[in-house]
Amino acid sequence: MDLFLQQLLNALTLGSIYGLVALGLTLVYGVLNIPNFAHGALYAVGAYVAYVVMVDYSGNYWLAMALAAVAVAVLAMLSERLVFYPLRNSPPLHDKIAAIGLVMFIEAMLQWHFGAEFRHMPVAFDTQVQLGNLSMPAQRLLIIAAAFGLMAVLHLFLTRTMTGSTIVAVAQNREGASLVGIDTRRVALLTFAISGALAAVAATLFAPINLVYPAMGHLLIMKAFVIIVLGGMGSVPGAIVGALIIGFAESFGGFYISNEYKDVIAFAALVVILSIKPTGLFAKRAN
Amino acid sequence: MKRISDLFASPWMKALLLAVALVFPWLAESDYQLYVLSTAFVWALAVYGLNIITGFCGQLNLGHGAFFALGAYTLAILTVDHQWPFWWAFAGAGLMGVVSGLVVGVVSLRLKENYFAIFTLCVGFIVYLLLDKWEALTHGAAGMMDIPAPEGFGWIDFSATVPFYYLALAFLMLGIWVAHRIGKSLLGRTFLAIRMGDDLAQSLGINLMRNKVLGFVLSTVYAAFAGALYASSVRFIGPAEADVTHTFDMIAYGLVGGLGTLMGPLVGTLLITWMTQSLQFLEEFRMIVFGPLLVVLVIFMPKGIVGTYAFRRNRRIAAELTAKARAKEEGQRRA
Repeated sequence: MDLFLQQLLNALTLGSIYGLVALGLTLVYGVLNIPNFAHGALYAVGAYVAYVVMVDYSGNYWLAMALAAVAVAVLAMLSERLVFYPLRNSPPLHDKIAAIGLVMFIEAMLQWHFGAEFRHMPVAFDTQVQLGNLSMPAQRLLIIAAAFGLMAVLHLFLTRTMTGSTIVAVAQNREGASLVGIDTRRVALLTFAISGALAAVAATLFAPINLVYPAMGHLLIMKAFVIIVLGGMGSVPGAIVGALIIGFAESFGGFYISNEYKDVIAFAALVVILSIKPTGLFAKRAN
Repeated sequence: MKRISDLFASPWMKALLLAVALVFPWLAESDYQLYVLSTAFVWALAVYGLNIITGFCGQLNLGHGAFFALGAYTLAILTVDHQWPFWWAFAGAGLMGVVSGLVVGVVSLRLKENYFAIFTLCVGFIVYLLLDKWEALTHGAAGMMDIPAPEGFGWIDFSATVPFYYLALAFLMLGIWVAHRIGKSLLGRTFLAIRMGDDLAQSLGINLMRNKVLGFVLSTVYAAFAGALYASSVRFIGPAEADVTHTFDMIAYGLVGGLGTLMGPLVGTLLITWMTQSLQFLEEFRMIVFGPLLVVLVIFMPKGIVGTYAFRRNRRIAAELTAKARAKEEGQRRA
């Protein structure tokens, strides 16, 4: 039973991190129709910024997270302005190739500056929380709490504020949104900033129980893509549900089926689901 | 008016290129240069495959490197672990290209644009993980060693640098010739119609699925043969051959030369190989240059070198033709 609960905790941790990354990806896709392959590289940049703040400047964990979020948000906005905005009228093949160029560049810069070696980020909360006879690492609880907190905040932002509604409006209908006076360029920048900040926060949360290296975003971004395809590309609730599905499948599949192949599970699930239903599990929202 | 730039489009240019390639072993300063060029030929062959599905058909295949690796591993496993004769194993690698392309294509090509790109990205990753984890078959992370060089005929020994160079050149020529024939045929035009849009192609009465799968299988066969040649050239392969960076490399080669053009993949591959070789420090950090290069090209010169050249030339010829027609009309009116 304890083992089961451990797996449950593990599944929720994975699902939270995947959810934060997939949310940023799905927001950008919803607003700009771009599968941003560079999102995983932004995640890695976030981890490195936090690492530098904590290790080189012995900064506070929360400060590291905030600085990482700001830095990656700025980087994401720059990439929108310099790369994706000039390509807004190009064939769809072009912005995908540009995104690939971006991911190649960012990862090479990280490797050039920090080297390819694996680094350990200091664990901010090295305690165990006792709950009955179950002991849980505080960092994992923090991840789950922070991720679901952020998702709730994002949901409130999108549904209850004027600025949030403009994002939803552009995602629903670009022309319609600009007809009612929404500045779509500003919305695009804002969306990229939010997605970058979410990726950085996810990286800062996850890095202490994982490793920091230039290609750390590779596997994660691919799983995030699986998640948003599962949940319907552009759908916010779909991304959260998809993240939990993949988190649970991996955690329990890795434990009960095969730990070796646990990373294949997400992709195998995608292959099976897309073979049966080419538009993903949940029907795509009107766009 | 005859222009110097017209020379590039004339058949003479192709004959000249081939002649230079044929005498290159006597021009090369070292065996190393020859080795680099023959490896570039092998990569170019793989890029020609990518050019069919992405350049002609317009479907961004992000799993191309995986089919390259599948070809390489098929050859390696058949020759090293099962002692097959080289050319049988080579044919086996091609068959692997057909079968894997068919299986993946039938599932993935039902998906449109972004979904297709993401799906093939995932397929590439599954192949990478399988090569890495399935130790009983692939020797896992240690990779495959002592892969034999192509079996020679009579006194030709392909384990030497010069004969292998000619072998790679011959395969590349064959690959370009097939791509040329496809481009000129009805099939090539069908692919172009698909690139312009599924709806358009369908309204022309094109069977979308069958033609897309055909294009996909053609591209994976190119990749598998290129992978098999690569394995027999470097003699050692590992799961990293399936890494997505190889696919990204190939996209860069194709885009620089010009996706969807006949000579683009060759020009792009040779140019970038030459650049990385002459700037050795680029080898490890080539992406620092290639990444922004890809972005800048896609924004300012999306047709690549060959595509832009052909576009300008065609526009000039069209302008000259209209000017001539107008002058003729003017003359008739005066008379």
